Amino acid sequence: MSFSVAQVRKDFPIFERTIRDGKRLVYLDSGATAQKPWAVINAESDFYSKHNAAVHRGAHQLAEEATDAYEGAREIVAQFIGAQESEVIFTKSATESINLVAYAMGNAEAGNRFALSPSDSIVVTEMEHHANLIPWQQLAKRTGAQLKWFKVGQDSRLDLSNIDEIITSQTKVVAVTHQSNVLGTINPLEAIVKRAHEVGAVVVLDACQSVPHMSVDVVALGVDFLAFSGHKAVGPTGVGVLWGKAELLDELPPFLTGGSMIENVTMTTATWAPVPQKFEAGVPNMAQAVGLGAACKYLSELGMDAVRAHEIELTGYALEKISAIEGIRIVGPLENVSRGATVSFTLADIHPHDIGQYVDSQGVAVRTGHHCAWPLARAMNVPATTRASFYLYNDEQDVDALVAALLGAQKYFGRF
Amino acid sequence: MELDSLYQEVILDHYKHPQHKGLNPIFTVQVSHVNTSCGDEITLNLNVENNIITSITWDGQGCSISQASVSMLSDLVTDKTLEEADAIVKSFSELMASKGTSAGDPEILEDAVVFAGVSKFPGRVKCALLGWMAFKDAAIQSQGESK
Repeated sequence: MSFSVAQVRKDFPIFERTIRDGKRLVYLDSGATAQKPWAVINAESDFYSKHNAAVHRGAHQLAEEATDAYEGAREIVAQFIGAQESEVIFTKSATESINLVAYAMGNAEAGNRFALSPSDSIVVTEMEHHANLIPWQQLAKRTGAQLKWFKVGQDSRLDLSNIDEIITSQTKVVAVTHQSNVLGTINPLEAIVKRAHEVGAVVVLDACQSVPHMSVDVVALGVDFLAFSGHKAVGPTGVGVLWGKAELLDELPPFLTGGSMIENVTMTTATWAPVPQKFEAGVPNMAQAVGLGAACKYLSELGMDAVRAHEIELTGYALEKISAIEGIRIVGPLENVSRGATVSFTLADIHPHDIGQYVDSQGVAVRTGHHCAWPLARAMNVPATTRASFYLYNDEQDVDALVAALLGAQKYFGRF
Repeated sequence: MELDSLYQEVILDHYKHPQHKGLNPIFTVQVSHVNTSCGDEITLNLNVENNIITSITWDGQGCSISQASVSMLSDLVTDKTLEEADAIVKSFSELMASKGTSAGDPEILEDAVVFAGVSKFPGRVKCALLGWMAFKDAAIQSQGESK
């Protein structure tokens, strides 16, 4: 395999440190946030130390350099997801990206294709992260539109058997995750997109758990909007992306208003700048966007297909080793098909928080709880789970360390 | 091992054999609290007669720290006056905020001083306090009820 984890790990300075009294850091929480390579850390630092100025204004060299760096990052991000530059909007987070669409739809006046009324419906799924549920739930509340959702079966897959009753001619928007942040399930978008477009609805894709891990092409997916966060894709915190089809972004009203996003202003009126500026009010998060550009470049150089192939192999190994532990219940697809490198589980009656604490004492970082997907936890009949999420810097040694720590936890909590 | 300062025997014992678990249908006040970061839930029934806590029962799900903590709390405050219970809660809250610098007052907290180790693990303080904050809420509400 051309992909070398040992080589990749050298790019990430955090792996030079040890954890909990000299133990090797086994970082299995990339589903929450990824570690950063030097390329990203240096890009952000260089922006501040060499090029810092407010973009899109200022009659000086630094302003030119800052604008070039910021717009250059937009170009890299656009290429990374197969989009046009003018369709890429920088936000502060994926959460903001999704809220942007939801609030902008709420601002749409009658006659605008995005205007919602009580006869319309909004469709989500039971496996959404709160960031792709609550904005829609609350938009439904504000507009009177009906909120409908696909349920999740015990096989950890979306139940699409009633797709024609869930997505109907009343449906204006279908918001769905590409890959579940808890189950690891990769959703069958083709069927959902096809049905949504049949009835004239737009599809908003939460791609937070897919863009960092696999090759994503917005045109091939056929969705209408896509959101992802920078920090889960080895980029900085404080930057997210919203991509939308040009003609839809043109018709969508703005969300945040203020400087930078206007064309002409009087005391009582304003008109909007073209997309993407229409959706980027205020001086943007320039250094973070530049850092995200460096992150996408770093990932592109490794090759997203190579990253995905590495994760598939590692997931297969993890599923085999983890499921062999007595008392384990994997909450997510058991077969290594249409799933990502996120493995959630429960271990007998040991509470996930106690498991997390024990494995941390062994240098293994996992997440525990409902993972911001509380309705999903209820649907799967678990109060909480332990989640190990793998990424490009993890290897089989990390899986072995997790398994050893889990066996240790069993012994530790079985002592009374 | 530092972990042992968190998971004391007496804590794991209370976790395995929780006291006062199972809701008593006779109560003055019922409260439900949630730890939003992990989803742990507790429902607590408090019965107060003539300013004395005659019964405190609870049900819920959570980690060893949250379950053992409410179990020990229930033992501690049963048969106490509301003022005595309030002093115990204050003392426990101070211990939890001590970041490992306090051993706790055994005169007031009795066995619950074993939670001193929890205060060194900032991620677990909320677990230890879940039942105590529910009780505090119930105690305040019960004073409103009796007026």
